[in-house]
Amino acid sequence: MRENGILRVVARFLIPLIMLFGLYIQFHGEYSPGGGFQAGIVFAAGWILFALIYGLDAALKVIPERAMYVLMVAGVILYCAVGIAGVVLGGHFLDFYPLLAGKHAAQQFGIITVEFGVGVTVATVVMLVFTLFARRKSEWKAAKVEDE
Amino acid sequence: MTITELMPFSVLVPLIASLVCALLPGRFWPWAVTLVAVIVSAVIAAFTLPAAAQVTLSYAFGNWPPPIGIEYRVDAANAFVALLVAGMAAVALPWAKKSVDKEVPERQGAFYALFLLALSGLLGITLSGDAFNIFVFLEISSLATYGLIAHGSDRRALLASFRYLIMGTVGATFLLIGIGFLYIMTGTLNLADLAERLPEVRDTSTVRAALAFIIVGMGLKLAMLPLHLWLPNAYTYAPSFVTVFLAGTATKVALYVMLRFVFTVFAPDWSFVVLPLSTVLMILGVAGMFAGSWVAMFQPNIKRMLAYSSVAQVGYMVLGVSLVSVIGLSAAFLHLFNHALMKTALFMAVGTVIYQVGSARLKDVRGLGRTMPWTLTAFALAGLSIIGVPLTAGFVSKWYLIQAALDQGQWFLVVLILVTSLMAVIYIWRVIEAAWFQERSIKQPDVGEAPLALLIPTWILVALNFYFGIDTRLTVGGATAAAEALLGGGMTP
Repeated sequence: MRENGILRVVARFLIPLIMLFGLYIQFHGEYSPGGGFQAGIVFAAGWILFALIYGLDAALKVIPERAMYVLMVAGVILYCAVGIAGVVLGGHFLDFYPLLAGKHAAQQFGIITVEFGVGVTVATVVMLVFTLFARRKSEWKAAKVEDE
Repeated sequence: MTITELMPFSVLVPLIASLVCALLPGRFWPWAVTLVAVIVSAVIAAFTLPAAAQVTLSYAFGNWPPPIGIEYRVDAANAFVALLVAGMAAVALPWAKKSVDKEVPERQGAFYALFLLALSGLLGITLSGDAFNIFVFLEISSLATYGLIAHGSDRRALLASFRYLIMGTVGATFLLIGIGFLYIMTGTLNLADLAERLPEVRDTSTVRAALAFIIVGMGLKLAMLPLHLWLPNAYTYAPSFVTVFLAGTATKVALYVMLRFVFTVFAPDWSFVVLPLSTVLMILGVAGMFAGSWVAMFQPNIKRMLAYSSVAQVGYMVLGVSLVSVIGLSAAFLHLFNHALMKTALFMAVGTVIYQVGSARLKDVRGLGRTMPWTLTAFALAGLSIIGVPLTAGFVSKWYLIQAALDQGQWFLVVLILVTSLMAVIYIWRVIEAAWFQERSIKQPDVGEAPLALLIPTWILVALNFYFGIDTRLTVGGATAAAEALLGGGMTP
């Protein structure tokens, strides 16, 4: 779809907005509706749009598959690390109060960090699922060409 | 750190280790990390049981006090099941190395990560005191299990995994519908809180429907007779190590969830009265015992035979539950523990045969008794346990089951238990006959004895079968404490 001018222009215009909106949902998650899960999906949707227009290879240059695997795990590790930090500082697992001095500040810090981990993991998992399916299609096509 | 603060880490350690495992390359490190995590988890579970038998432990996640926050609530019943699950994983893992290297040669990091997720899911189900949390952990363990089964080298593993996925999802959805109904009626998800608030509203069709949904949903995960169709294929085509692990743990945890809801949340003086639960469970249990043993007698594949035997053993546990007495429930918990011991030992022996021969069909085992004496002797001895020969663990649980039946004057149940035990003699004997009394055909390749790395863990489990057949302090004590915890201090309805 790289040749279609309208798609290219619109995508170029939309992708930054989609990603910005994703980040907006991410960092407003602790007070308003939103949070890591939705933000991750929206952010990944921007990347998927890019992959649809410019092709999977170009999209994988932006974020290689190996990086997706690492980030997918890193997000959950961040979540668990915040949880463990609560235990180390003398509270329970996922206890945010010991993290900072102020009660509100501690809760806010804890939730934002945890949600960031969720966002990273959800975004990369969605990208990875898309990549695996998209790759399958090209593999299947290649196999068909060989058969003929 | 007190044991209450340490207890949630038997779930969290495998969970966090699975993340590390997913990124580790090669064949050694994923296994080593898994082993360490599983041993830590098992040790914590072992320390939890004596503490939980004395006083109910409660751990509030994020310091949000229950019933608003998520709580881990551990009494003798779940500590007993958690120790079984973590212990079985710790015993099976040393055996796993060689078998997994052969059957899952690539991407072992992902394989062991899935295994750890399944383990932490199963442990989370047992320890959690929150109904929705139980559902979430059930999904974690189920999804990981589908992935594990699909790793089987046979292509039919994919179909078996997909079938289990459909059935398992139906089961989990039923559980969720039941939990949803309870939430509508009471506005709480905490199990202890539910138990307090339910008596006010329990004479409504919504709560009755909730009970029915939860029992059917867990009956599916438990492989209770008419809902067992996913189990034989899943066990047959999964990698040997996955079968070893699942046979000892997955169905047991589902049984625990069912008991927790029926006894703690709904209270037995209501749930066994409003629905004819006792009769239904007794009929299904007996039918499972017979149908499972009957089909097992004609299976050409040993793994499949043992899978059907598992359906029969689940029948014994359900039968123990249906008697609704402390001794009946103790027998169910005892059989839950002992069945895990004997089935794990049997599947390990079969997995060792698969490692050497590459197949578990009865005709490929012919004459192996002479070339692989240690493996098949282990199989025969573990087989004695499943038959219920005195001095084995299987005898102890059947003895208690018979006592529970006699306690209520149900003589015919004793006869049925003995008859199905005789059927177990037949299906175990078929393997022994093939291994020792039939000649190996010339066309079949000669094989030697299996490596020690597989034999030693198998024999440890066989030894445990005999140990717990003689020294029953841990098993009978734990099972009785678990039954009393569920029935509320020995009260019978």
